[in-house]
Amino acid sequence: MAWFLRKNRNITTEQQLREMPDGLWTKCPECATIIYRKELEENAYTCPKCDSHFRIGSSKYVDVLIDHGTWVETDRQVRSADPLEFIDTRPYKARLKEAYSRTDLPDAVTTGTGAVHGVPIAFGCMNFGFIGGSMGSVVGEKFVRAGRRALDQKMPFVFISASGGARMQEAALSLMQMAKTSAFLSELGEAGLPYISILTDPTTGGVSASYAMLGDVIIAEPKALIGFAGPRVIEQTIRRKLPEGFQRSEFLLEHGFVDLVTHRKELKKQIATLLTHLMSGKS
Amino acid sequence: MASTTTLEFEKPIVELESKIEEMKALADTLDIQPQIDDLERQIEILRSEIYRNLTRWQRVQIARHPDRPYTLDYITHCFTDFIELHGDRAYRDDPAIVAGLATLNGRHVMVVGHQKGRDTKSNLYRNFGMPNPEGYRKAYRLFETAEKFGLPVICLLDTPGAFPGLEAEERGQAEAIARNLKLMSQLKTPIVIVVIGEGASGGALGIGIGNRVLMLENAWYSVIAPESCSSILWRSWDYKEQAAEALRLGATDLIKVKVIDRIVPEPVGGAHRDPVAMFQTMVETLTEELDALCKLSGETLVKERRAKFYDMGVWTEA
Ligand SMILES: [Zn+2]
Repeated sequence: MAWFLRKNRNITTEQQLREMPDGLWTKCPECATIIYRKELEENAYTCPKCDSHFRIGSSKYVDVLIDHGTWVETDRQVRSADPLEFIDTRPYKARLKEAYSRTDLPDAVTTGTGAVHGVPIAFGCMNFGFIGGSMGSVVGEKFVRAGRRALDQKMPFVFISASGGARMQEAALSLMQMAKTSAFLSELGEAGLPYISILTDPTTGGVSASYAMLGDVIIAEPKALIGFAGPRVIEQTIRRKLPEGFQRSEFLLEHGFVDLVTHRKELKKQIATLLTHLMSGKS
Repeated sequence: MASTTTLEFEKPIVELESKIEEMKALADTLDIQPQIDDLERQIEILRSEIYRNLTRWQRVQIARHPDRPYTLDYITHCFTDFIELHGDRAYRDDPAIVAGLATLNGRHVMVVGHQKGRDTKSNLYRNFGMPNPEGYRKAYRLFETAEKFGLPVICLLDTPGAFPGLEAEERGQAEAIARNLKLMSQLKTPIVIVVIGEGASGGALGIGIGNRVLMLENAWYSVIAPESCSSILWRSWDYKEQAAEALRLGATDLIKVKVIDRIVPEPVGGAHRDPVAMFQTMVETLTEELDALCKLSGETLVKERRAKFYDMGVWTEA
């Protein structure tokens, strides 16, 4: 795993000394190419040699997609509670506390407003690094609030998914976030405002079976894992190995479930063009 | 009612019951009526004690009891003039979801529900009540039919989950469920949901958005089954009891966090102990709910249904 993906500050000092000192370079986990920081940024955090798309969180996606100086984050104060006082091998409260200190993120989603090549949008992006990008009450609520900002200001809504599914520690309440977000999208749809859903690695479970799959346009990043059930569960069910490329973006494109598979470097321009088309009827 | 399966915690009751049966056989020749009466009183006390103090895992077992009434049992005994409608008009008919037109107490409705099988053969046919995408798409097109003809929709939830198979993924399980969630949020016709047995995750919710969400007393509803939760969070299949407790998956838990609106009482011991009484309760409850909802305008129904789900979730804002 590349160093910039590693949110865990408990990694060994040795590693930090080797990879982190000035963050000048990293090694592609796919093809082992050495990539310098500037090159990495210019390539939108993809490998210039093999096109491998590295998992990045919301702050880097803001850099990649949102016009410089236009980003305003919203609803950062909305935080997970522990309504069920959930305890498995560890209390949910402890998991949350650790996630906050480890990632500096507000939850598994960051929302706000900004512009894409001059087109103002409401924007949300999931953080896979925060408890596996799991969707609990905060993700549902912030999704709806971000979308409502789009509705109120008659802007398009763009949302990037990266999630292992619903947050188990919020049990039925996390399940209901699928209903809540989808219900909101029916309202947004009636207002005739575009909703663009971008699927990144991975988008599975409850997130895939709700807002991720409800875009007017659905764009997937190359080779992202996208599906309802996880590959391990499917293999257990059918008792055989899954074929190469199963549940990957290209597989979904072939089967008709995403509109486009787009390289991250092209994403911003493509979103801007799509929005220009879709918003052309509004004046 | 004679049962094919006795759950562990039911055993003391079943033992006393068979003892009473034996004594009754002798009652013609011996004067033991006082003893029989006494035993019957004991049973009543035992029953109310056991069933008042059920753990969440024990309720999961009742919800999965092989004699528990399923969707088609409710359709047969609570509705009249049922005509099953098949197929998603695109790929095939999914027997794990049944749907059709029916009459409930004189009111025409669209009824949709998950369907489990009762033996190996019917379970294979019904895929253990685990729908494929075409099941959700059949429901989708019939929701549209209900909307077109102004028919209220009743959905009965009872599934261990959407089928996690290779073809299910290929045909877009996630998309099929997602589209139902959106459509059910915009129908102008009343929708009543009843969780009658197992409400497992997105597979249950895929036909579960309603103006009113009801749940039978011993049903369970959550984001994941206790066994799977155990395997993921405890990394072992052995913590299902703890997982069931942690998930707060029972009706009394869910009404507190407003995931459901109403608990439908079951006969003592569960729906399978007295199905006739259960069907009677179901008819009365559904009639009452529809009487109220049918007075509302389409716009109000949509607005209230959305508002109810917008309100779901618990968070803090410092
Ligand atoms: Zn590479």
